[in-house]
Amino acid sequence: MSDTHPHTVAFVRETSIPQSSPPTSAAGPVKWMRDNLFATIPNGILTLLAIYVVYLVLSSTLPWIFNGVWDAKNLAECREILQGTSGACFAVLVERWPQLLFGFKYPATEYWRPVLAFVIMLVAIAPVLFFDLPRKLLIVTILFPFVAYWLIWGGTIWIPIFALLGFMAGYVAYSRFVTKSFALGFFGGIGGAVVVWIISGSIVPMLAPEQPYLEAVPSRDLGGYMLNMMLGITCVSLSIPLGIALALGRQSSMPLIKWICVVFIELIRGVPLITLLFVASVMLSYFFPPEQTVDLFIRVVIMITIFSAAYIAEVVRGGLAALPKGQYEAADSLGLDYSQAMRLIILPQALKISIPGIVNIAVGLFKDTTLVSVISMFDIIGMIRGPILASTDWNGVYWELLGFACLVFFVVCYSISQYSQWLERRLATDHR
Amino acid sequence: MADTAKLQVSDEVAISIQQMNKWYGTFHVLRDIDLTVYQGERIVICGPSGSGKSTLIRCINALEEHQKGSIEVDGTLLSSDLKNIDKIRSEVGMCFQHFNLFPHLSILDNLTLAPIWVRKTPKKEAEEVAMHYLEKVKIPDQADKFPGQLSGGQQQRVAIARSLCMKPRIMLFDEPTSALDPEMIKEVLDTMIELAEEGMTMLCVTHEMGFARQVANRVIFMDEGQIVEQNEPEAFFNNPQSPRTQLFLSQILGH
Repeated sequence: MSDTHPHTVAFVRETSIPQSSPPTSAAGPVKWMRDNLFATIPNGILTLLAIYVVYLVLSSTLPWIFNGVWDAKNLAECREILQGTSGACFAVLVERWPQLLFGFKYPATEYWRPVLAFVIMLVAIAPVLFFDLPRKLLIVTILFPFVAYWLIWGGTIWIPIFALLGFMAGYVAYSRFVTKSFALGFFGGIGGAVVVWIISGSIVPMLAPEQPYLEAVPSRDLGGYMLNMMLGITCVSLSIPLGIALALGRQSSMPLIKWICVVFIELIRGVPLITLLFVASVMLSYFFPPEQTVDLFIRVVIMITIFSAAYIAEVVRGGLAALPKGQYEAADSLGLDYSQAMRLIILPQALKISIPGIVNIAVGLFKDTTLVSVISMFDIIGMIRGPILASTDWNGVYWELLGFACLVFFVVCYSISQYSQWLERRLATDHR
Repeated sequence: MADTAKLQVSDEVAISIQQMNKWYGTFHVLRDIDLTVYQGERIVICGPSGSGKSTLIRCINALEEHQKGSIEVDGTLLSSDLKNIDKIRSEVGMCFQHFNLFPHLSILDNLTLAPIWVRKTPKKEAEEVAMHYLEKVKIPDQADKFPGQLSGGQQQRVAIARSLCMKPRIMLFDEPTSALDPEMIKEVLDTMIELAEEGMTMLCVTHEMGFARQVANRVIFMDEGQIVEQNEPEAFFNNPQSPRTQLFLSQILGH
């Protein structure tokens, strides 16, 4: 065609025909529906059935939700307003809101303290979760446990300050001795911290003012969803490092460490959590001298932590086992020592593999914090089952209360799951 | 067996192995290995599979421990003392059959990791050294990629550069080209030849007999955990002494 002269050709088109869209049967929503909903006759029947089921569910729940009563003093008043029509009585959530969140004993004037702690927590976990954020934010993370303790429990400020000083002394001792040997640094660090804590144990009572700036709230007065959050966050953040340590210990070439870890993991995994919680609430006090008791909150934290640490250890062990042996050898052959090889080469890869498993356990742990309601701690479930449903005002409002509990747990657990998926995508560097 | 004295390229002993024995459980892998490697030597170790050649060079940087005899690297005796092992490992570079790059780190981070953490080199300086060696293996443009994005030959060259960043006095190669496609073998061998020309002490387990002829100043043949024969390449290939070596060479050069 290139050598044909224009004037020898009868007709040359100078504009292109505008593109026409494909027939509606081959593109767009019609095609999508034909492909995905009505591909075959059985397929179409199933689709119609499914639509009917969805309709049944929504047609009964949506009116119940949208017809809900938000303003009433008790169930009787709620029913009066509804006058027999279907509708939820969400008024219980409004009326008992503080109890659902903070429990029924936390002083009402001090609600701002846990709320403030919650806000600081968001800032504190941000640099841990999103490592693109400036590293300086980690200072907030380090200080957060001490600040949160003081805000929630109140009392003298010297307890968290000395606790922090103990950790700092431990760190200084560790970094001093670790150049000689790791074991020396490790035990030196623990020793340094313990010395400071023992000394401060005798100083704090002298420093404690008559009227502390923040009113002291004992652990048994904590409750509601706040208690679930506190247990969940504390236990997750403690059990992940403990679980990693156990997994590494189980792989250790030192038989004593290896067997301690194996026995610990197998024992804890072989016991129901609820048993451990009963041990925490009743039996653990037998092991302490009568005049000295460990706070119930701490006992429960210890039990939930070791329970989930045993599970996390096994998940991490799976990740470690999945790494090719060559990675260990390459790290060794470059002259990295054990802690460097683990920290820089092995754990970053093993933990990446373990993310789904660890998140699984973290989500399970968070939901398991509701089990403390059976040892008479008033978490959100304990509050619903106990003070709220037992009251004459709201006896019988099951769906609304338990639905609310489901919702608050779902929000947190779903966020964790979404975060972990983002993290996996973010860390996927090997097969891009 | 040829007079090893004339193969010497220097008087300085780099590796001295005496009466070394190794067992896997009850299986006797290495028997009475005696080997002295002088600084600047290029040694190719060959032999049938299962003859213990990989195990031998893995013993030199203590990836495998030996049960009897002694290994001395650069005057440091290899014992169960972790300090000695780490010292030797930082002096001895190693390349593996499957490269073993760290997939979660970029190429540059792969190269700078050991200098920064083991040698305590400042990050900036380590990066300059890393770029220098990446240029040497001719892939400076891949510095910011991840190992999974590179071809096998490129990965092996990165692995060589990673070892070189530690400024090793000795390099061990454990079948560096066995996992590579034929057209990538050449680029890796070229890198190794260049390294040899600069006087690096090298121990190389390989089936690349052309490489052995061109580069090695000594070829060692191993079978059933023993050093059967060693000689300079010309003599080794043209005039093998033991019948076992003759059989091996006829098989490997025959096809």
